[in-house]
Amino acid sequence: MTSKPKVAFFDFAGCEGDQLEVINLEERLLDLVEVVEVVSFREAMSEHSDDYEIAFVEGSITTPHDVERLEEVRSNADTVIAIGSCAAFGGINSIRNEQDFETVKERTYGEDAAMFDDPDAELFDSFEHAQPAKAFVEVEYEVPGCPIDGEEFIQTVTAILQGGDPSLANHPVCVDCKLAENTCAFDRGEICLGPITRGGGCDATCVSQGTRCWGCRGLVDNPAEDAYSEVLQEYGVTTDELLNEFTLYWSWQREHGPQADMQEVEQ
Amino acid sequence: MSQDIDIEGDLVTRVEGHGEIVVNATDGQLEACEWHVVESPRFFESMVVDRDWDEIHHIVSRICGICSVTHTMTGLKAVEDAMGVELSEQDLKLRKLALAGETLQSHVLHLGYLALPDLVGEKSVVPMANTHEEEVRTVIRLHKLGNELIETVAGRSTHAQRTIPGGFSRLPREAELRDLRASLEGSWNDVETVVDLVLSLADELPDFTRETEFISLTDPDEYALYEGVPYSSDTGELDLADYREIVNEHVVEQSTAKFTKHDRDSYMVGALARFNNNYEQLGPMATAVADRFGLKPVCHNPYLNNVAQLVETAHLIERSIELIDSILESGLEAQSDYHKPDVDVTAGQGVGAIEAPRGILFHEYTLDETGTALEGNCVIPTNQNHANIQLDMERLVPTIIEQPEGEIEHTLEMLVRAYDPCISCSTHYLDVEFVDTPPER
Ligand code: SF4
Ligand code: SF4
Repeated sequence: MTSKPKVAFFDFAGCEGDQLEVINLEERLLDLVEVVEVVSFREAMSEHSDDYEIAFVEGSITTPHDVERLEEVRSNADTVIAIGSCAAFGGINSIRNEQDFETVKERTYGEDAAMFDDPDAELFDSFEHAQPAKAFVEVEYEVPGCPIDGEEFIQTVTAILQGGDPSLANHPVCVDCKLAENTCAFDRGEICLGPITRGGGCDATCVSQGTRCWGCRGLVDNPAEDAYSEVLQEYGVTTDELLNEFTLYWSWQREHGPQADMQEVEQ
Repeated sequence: MSQDIDIEGDLVTRVEGHGEIVVNATDGQLEACEWHVVESPRFFESMVVDRDWDEIHHIVSRICGICSVTHTMTGLKAVEDAMGVELSEQDLKLRKLALAGETLQSHVLHLGYLALPDLVGEKSVVPMANTHEEEVRTVIRLHKLGNELIETVAGRSTHAQRTIPGGFSRLPREAELRDLRASLEGSWNDVETVVDLVLSLADELPDFTRETEFISLTDPDEYALYEGVPYSSDTGELDLADYREIVNEHVVEQSTAKFTKHDRDSYMVGALARFNNNYEQLGPMATAVADRFGLKPVCHNPYLNNVAQLVETAHLIERSIELIDSILESGLEAQSDYHKPDVDVTAGQGVGAIEAPRGILFHEYTLDETGTALEGNCVIPTNQNHANIQLDMERLVPTIIEQPEGEIEHTLEMLVRAYDPCISCSTHYLDVEFVDTPPER
């Protein structure tokens, strides 16, 4: 890697909240551009170059056009890093993966949903399921979260620049909750995904702000499912309630597992 | 002097989301002039179906990262409307404060990071850090102030957690509000710096006008952002319950696009629309900023939307200070750190509207008796500005057709950036094509 590596940002289907979190680093962004050269960041700059070593991708992959772009990014970059839950494992976009696609289109477009069948309207060529980047190309690292945590982003970049390995923490959000001395959401009568959601990057922010963990950082590797079942039994949570929670961020991940490998390109 | 022009749909940069401009001319004859939105469809209106009343705001906040507070609160307003939930005075003020923070953050981002580089002839704010270091640091400070406002009140600047149906899960402390007030008071010099900078570059803003209709919220008591009823500069006050007739989403014959129109073929929403409709209610500092630019209602130059944002930036700071004062004066009424408002879950249909940074935003939900969503509808500012951008282009391009291609493209990109369409929130997918229909001259 050269002394000042070139980095580029690419966004797919998403809200651009993760790129915004990068912009929200505020003056630290000026420090960042001291150590890396940003060659592409459509949300913030007009320049664009295909010469980069590190590519950050945001948003989930929902169209054949997305796949083409993603493959190009992959072939240009030495390292691809998925930022945000949409890019890392489908995220909130994958709620629709559990719904019938014809119904999905009709609910959103009414009778105009027929446009999706028009072979000339190629921009409407949408996959049935929203999928993460790793469903199509190899992704070296992930910074999950909806949105990502700016601090974790900086740590990841720093580790990579120093030749380290920015692997994710592998403990549940519950650990962060204990550190934050939160009252357990279950004790407050809520259903919380903290026991099986990957912690270590968000400081259990949602519970700390008075709500519950919705699972935005994805399933922790090897979740202690038995322990979780006990918790659920203890608090009398029904399967329906739980499934509802699981489909908020995990509709793709539930099927493919927390560390899913690249799959055959499906359309 | 007639030239061939081929501006072929490169992604417009420094806007949120994906948009493309297509202009073709052969031998000076305009053949196509189109504004395309190429964002992937995301289907939010389907994604909320079957979800619970207390999850809807969480989901729809992900429509847009930059105006997530607005989407969250518009979703909450619609759900609260459906179930007849009333907010306390204090919660209302706190929501207004969080919204002011988001609009401030978004305006500064738009002006400083997206539009300013055009005016100083740079491609991004990064090289400006060398040529205009003080100004860039000022922009960063103001942007941060907006984010601090959101964080202090709503708990996180993007996809905040504390705003929930019926109020807040958790409140800021009085000391935090006092600190915030001090930062707001301390920001006037920074506002001045940005005003001076934009003023010195104001000649770079193209002098282009096209008469149009402006739609925003309006409220008898204040410059409407959180509360109020829809208002048209053509036809006056409108009924929120009839919002579908206000936006009138329709398909244009020669295109697959959904356009919106109200009294004319297009209308504009956003800072300039609000400025034009509610000018009298701006605070004194904001009015002074407008005066320095000679900006008066009714202004029909879309490029001055950026100046209207600057005017609103001053207004938002004034207004936030007022809100904090009023909360502190009556004493912040405490609540638990894991507060859950009492909400009677009922079936119902509700509509909510809020002024997002880029214009009026409507959400509507139908809920069954368990509070599960049966239907959802979101009409976002970009959809509403879409036809207006297209018609502006059609009027503008013939007047600049003799300019070099790069100039034309730059002027059009600046036009798009002036609106800053929040394309990623295109819950409805839009694709405009005017095939074989030469634009009006
Ligand atoms: S992960 Fe969340 S913040 Fe990031 S793009 Fe997706 S919805 Fe937005
Ligand atoms: S507490 Fe849960 S939902 Fe909230 S940010 Fe952390 S992982 Fe995401």
